[in-house]
This record gives sequence, C-alpha cells and structure tokens, in this order.
Amino acid sequence: MSTEAPPEAVTPPLGPASPGARRRRLPWLLPHLGLLPFFGYLAVFLLWPTYLVLIGAFQDDRGRPTLRNVRTVTTSDYLHGFVRSIEVSATTALAGSVLGALLAWAVAESRPDGLLRRVTVASCGVLAQFGGVMLAFAFLATFGFNGVVTLFLHDHLGVNVLSGGTWLYGLTGLVVVYTYFQIPLMLIVFLPAVDNLRPEWREASMSLGGSTWAYWRYVAGPALAPSFFGAALLLFANAFSSYATAAALVSQGSPIVPLQIGNFLTSEVALGRGGAGKALALGMIVVVAVVMSLYALVQRKAATWLR
Amino acid sequence: MAAVNTSVPDGRTRPPRPSARSRRARPSPVSALRWAVLIVIGGYLLLPLLAMAEFSTRGTATGRSLDAWREIGSNADLLGAITMSLELSALTVVATLILLVPTMTWVHLRVPRMRRLVEFACLLPLTIPAIVLVVGIGPIYLWVNYLLGDSPLTLTFVYVILVLPYAHRAIDGGLGSADIVTLAEAARSLGASWPRVLVNIVLPNIRGAVISASIISVALVLGEFTVASLLNFDTLQVVINLLGKRDAAVSVAVSAAALLFAFVLLYALAQVASRRPGTVAADATEEGPTP
Repeated sequence: MSTEAPPEAVTPPLGPASPGARRRRLPWLLPHLGLLPFFGYLAVFLLWPTYLVLIGAFQDDRGRPTLRNVRTVTTSDYLHGFVRSIEVSATTALAGSVLGALLAWAVAESRPDGLLRRVTVASCGVLAQFGGVMLAFAFLATFGFNGVVTLFLHDHLGVNVLSGGTWLYGLTGLVVVYTYFQIPLMLIVFLPAVDNLRPEWREASMSLGGSTWAYWRYVAGPALAPSFFGAALLLFANAFSSYATAAALVSQGSPIVPLQIGNFLTSEVALGRGGAGKALALGMIVVVAVVMSLYALVQRKAATWLR
Repeated sequence: MAAVNTSVPDGRTRPPRPSARSRRARPSPVSALRWAVLIVIGGYLLLPLLAMAEFSTRGTATGRSLDAWREIGSNADLLGAITMSLELSALTVVATLILLVPTMTWVHLRVPRMRRLVEFACLLPLTIPAIVLVVGIGPIYLWVNYLLGDSPLTLTFVYVILVLPYAHRAIDGGLGSADIVTLAEAARSLGASWPRVLVNIVLPNIRGAVISASIISVALVLGEFTVASLLNFDTLQVVINLLGKRDAAVSVAVSAAALLFAFVLLYALAQVASRRPGTVAADATEEGPTP
C-alpha cells in the first residue's frame, strides 16, 4: 500500500513559522506532495469506481456511447423502483425525524452525565449505524411468522392479526424496520442542536410572560427548525442508500433501487446488461447528491444558531 | 449510514453545559409528557431486542434452551466468519490510521489551505452509497485479487473508504484541540525528524481521537454487509444472513451477540471520550454497570 508517511525529501529544513530565504527557492508546490499518497488512494478506491459508474451508464456492452441504459431506467419498472425508494425514504425520514426529535428532547432534559443519557446515546449509535442485517433478524424474531408478537397475538387474542407476519417481508416491513433505525439516527444528529438551546432564552421568554407553548412556538421551534430539516434530509439519504436490511428482509422481487442494483450484480439473467445497473447507480448518486446539497445549505443556516 | 454528525465524540472540548437547566422544578404535564415519550419510543426501540432474547432461547416444548447460543461456539462457518471480520476490522483500523493520521497532521502543520479539500474528500463517501461503489469497483478488485490473492482481507481497501468520514471527524477534533503546531515547531527546532514528530509528539497528543476513530471503524466493519456480500466474501454479516435461511434461532442469537458487542464498544467509546485529558474526569459514582 502506498500509505507511507510523507517522504523526507519534500520537507524543507525550516518549520512553517520561519519561511527563510532558502525556502523561497523551493517550488511552492513541494509540501503538497505530502498529500499524494492520500489522494492517490482515494483516486483508486473511490474516484475511479465512481467514474466507471458515471461513464458506464452511458455505454453499451462494447463500450460505445449510448443513451439506451438511461432510457431503460427512466421508462420501465426501474422507474417505479425509484418512486418506491423515494416514498419509503421520505416516509421513514418523516416518521423517524418526528419521533427521534421527541426522543432527543426527552433525553436532553435529563442529566448531562446521567446513565440514561449515556446508555441512550450509545445504544442509538449501535442501532443507527451497525444494524443492517441484524435489525432485519430482530424484526423477524418480533413480527415474523414465528415472531414473539405474532405468536402472542395469535395465542392470546385468537386472531391472526397482520396476516401472520407476511407484511414484514414486503414494503410495509421495510418502512417499519427503516423507521426503527431512523429514530436513533435522528437522536444522534439532532441531540446537539437541542443541547444548544440556551436556558436564558427560556428564562427571557418566561419573564416576558410567555407560556411554555409560546416558548416552543416562537423561540425554540424556529431556532431548531433548520437543524430539524437538515437532520430529516440526512435521514432520507440514509434510508435511500441502505441495502443490507432490505436484502435480508425482502423475500420476493426487488421493490427498491438498491435491491435492483444488487440483482444486476448477482443474477445470471442480468449478465451483459451491466450498463443498466450503472444507470441505476447513477440515478442513486444524483438523488443523494441533490439531498446532500440541500443538507449543506440547511446546515449553513443551522450553524447561525449552533454557535 | 449517511450520518455526518455521528455519535463519535470529536476531540473538541465542549463548552460546559448549563447545569441549572434540568434541576429546576417544572410543571408536571411537561414532565409526564417527557416520561411518556421515553417509555413509548424507548419501548418501541427495546421490543425487537427483547424479542431476540426470547426467540433465541426457545426450547423444544415449553422450557427455555440455550442451544442456539451454544451453536455459535461450535459452528465452524460462523467462527471462521467472526475471526475473519475481527481480522478485517483490525486491518482496516491500521490502514485507516496509516493513511489518515500522517496526511491530516501534514495538512495541519504544513499546508493548512488544503484542509477544506481533504475534509471534502473524506466526506465524499457519504454521498456515494456503498451499493454504488460496489457497482464500479469490480474492475479494480480484479486487479487487487490478481495482485494480492482472493482473500476476504482485501475488503480492507473499500472499508478504509467507508470509515473515512467517521475517522476523519474524530481525528480532526483531536488535532484541533491540542496545540500541535507549537509542539511540532519546538520538536523540529530541536532537530527532530518529521517521522519522529509524528510518532513522539503528535500521536501521544491525539491519543483519545485515535482511539475514537479506531472504535468506530471496528464497529462499522463488523456490521458491514453490502460490499462483502456483493463481492462474495464470507464475513460475519454475510454468514449471519445465509444462516438465517436455515436456522433462524442461531442467526438471531449471533445478531443479538453482535449488537451487544457493538453496544459495549460504543459505551466504552463514550467513557474514553469523557476521560480525555483536559476534560474533567467523570464522577465515579455515575458509572453504572453496562446493562
């Protein structure tokens, strides 16, 4: 691996604070060479693959330029995949951000160093970021055919509620499980903003005769709004890019884009149609890039309050 | 996994939080609402985890049985995958630190105007979903496997990219909080070489940040499924998923064990962060046992 420390050759003998006469003779670019290993690595394992996706989306199997892949993706069932993906992501981002914000508020009111807060933050970190396949199995154990809740309802109420668990393996299941990992992610992203609400603001509002409602409506709400929408966008991107949970959960068909892409990579049928898979991947990049740009804009707005 | 703000504590020492806030007496409806929120949402988050415990300890007739948990210790595929994933995470941590620490230190000391560019580059993987990366990385892995063999450990190359945003955030915080520039200048003026500055001056001062970056990387690698499964490597998550088709109880048991392990890691991370030199050590009485 080319990840050595910056080579000695590019280091002039003088420190950064004392640009002596000797330094001026060295080309200005020289210290920048120390970044070569890093950007070289990134170029090979991040930029090159991305470039291959972008280019491949506009090439046929023999490498000739074509628009057929893009046309395939924007006209057929794949377009429905995008619509469904966006619906699932938007629904779970909405539910996750509202519930997660409530949880963040409840946790922020507790002691800063208390056990409740530390345990909640640590477990939310686990559930939000390392779940994937494991969360799918957690829900199979809960609502699956032999899941705890399914069996309980069947044995004790004698009803076959929720059709014995089949809903879990389709789109409804995806929405429920995704929401499950969106709530903890919201807590982690949103908690710092809630922490930054100054107690003086509440005091000022109270001393001017404002009710608790007035405080939240006119002071805390507007101050938190940019952070809230930023976090919701992040949640959207998070759900939209997820593959693991869906792959472990969905048993039939490929309702959402990441699964369709996975299909292209694994199934024999798709051999020789790699271009369409790349066009799907390009579509994902476009959606996520738009969402993340919005996020950056909103975040700038939020930074005015988070100081 | 597109979180910019993660639970990773950055090295920046936070301003002391206003402590008068939660102590004050409040109207009880708000307090009741708060507890209702904690119980309902907390309950929803806990339910599947408790269900895992129940599901994985089901006996044949009526009693409880730990067979599924015992199976973890005797299933060769599973043990192999666990070992492989642990090796992968260790390798990823080492590679990430070797790539990131010298580069970021160099930027910090010598080319500060490149800081935004490096930060942007490190956050880029959040905009490019792992599933998209896999689509384009095929040809590169043909070369990697040709040069280095077909070991799952080659996944390290992609994993370094995937953990980059999180590791960058942690290390950036560490570099920002210690006065590295002055220390490095002093060491250089006393005749230390750059590698020596890195190892003897910078590393000890950003130890906490390095530990944070390492823990988050380990947890991320242990939970990774997308890349491993689509490149056909049998890591822990891939094997859990395969096993689930045959013996759901064992899969649920391993999943529960892995989640628990990740929780212990992250809880330890929170402890490490609060013990960072420069911050007041946490009151010993507040340290409850990890549930």
